[in-house]
Amino acid sequence: MDNFKIFRFENKSFGLLIAIILLISGCAGKFDGFVLGESFLADRQIQTRKFSTDDEKALLVAASGVLQDMGYKLEESETKLGVLVASKTRDATKIAEVAIKVLYAFLLVNIPIDHIQTFKVSLITSVSPNGGYLLRATFQRTVINDQNRVTLRATIHDKEIYKDFFDKLSKSVFLEAQKI
Amino acid sequence: MPKLRSLFVLVICFIFISSCANTSARLLDSDESALKLRSIQSRVFDTTDTETTLRTIISTMQDLSFVINKADLELGSISGTKLKGYILDMTVSVRPRGENQLVVRANATLGINPIVEPEPYQDFFTSLEKAMFLTANQID
Repeated sequence: MDNFKIFRFENKSFGLLIAIILLISGCAGKFDGFVLGESFLADRQIQTRKFSTDDEKALLVAASGVLQDMGYKLEESETKLGVLVASKTRDATKIAEVAIKVLYAFLLVNIPIDHIQTFKVSLITSVSPNGGYLLRATFQRTVINDQNRVTLRATIHDKEIYKDFFDKLSKSVFLEAQKI
Repeated sequence: MPKLRSLFVLVICFIFISSCANTSARLLDSDESALKLRSIQSRVFDTTDTETTLRTIISTMQDLSFVINKADLELGSISGTKLKGYILDMTVSVRPRGENQLVVRANATLGINPIVEPEPYQDFFTSLEKAMFLTANQID
């Protein structure tokens, strides 16, 4: 009789466990990688500038010059579709993190710290409905730590970064237009 | 004892069968579900303007936070990557269909796993048809 009770209890616990697992997996939800985010219009605005030119190729040439000035390596271009893709890899080490790593080393603990970061950007030009051309930039950043693990994979949404980039591009487009 | 022997035979059979399916079989990844997958990944648009379609695809991918990796007007293909904690890679191709239509096909992988469910592709084509001001029709 006791054995029967234990079996019933285990059976109930097992059922509960299955129910919890189903509930948790049900909460996982559907993949939303292809759904437009709430901020997509704001992002578009931050990432896009209009240039008063009718020469798409000249705009791309000026943009590739700015990318070179910023140390980017051109990876891909298709001028017929207004596409430029570039990337650069840089050191991601922070002095404060190194100091903490050294302190932990005294305790014989090896903590991971950021080591290398890669930036990737695509620049896309398109005809503006009101004349001129639009240029949209999208930057991504990937950070790898000193144990060769990725610690960050993200699109950059920082308004200031895009503003700085477009300030540089505006100057370059002006210089290109003036042939300076 | 006979039970143990049956179990042993079962394990041997399992090892034998599983050894036949080597990992290089993933090189082509084509089986009877390929047609179904193609249908899930493709839509037909009533236009013949490949360049505008490719430019609209690029713009839609940018709205979805993709960075474009490659673009080729002659081949009619675009590929891009979205980073959001995960790595979402997608290639979109555009091909003529008859004299008045284009077929747009997208195939995506999340990390190392191909996306084979219809919903994510439906989400993408919903965004694309809005941007194209055209209806995305399922392939017959």
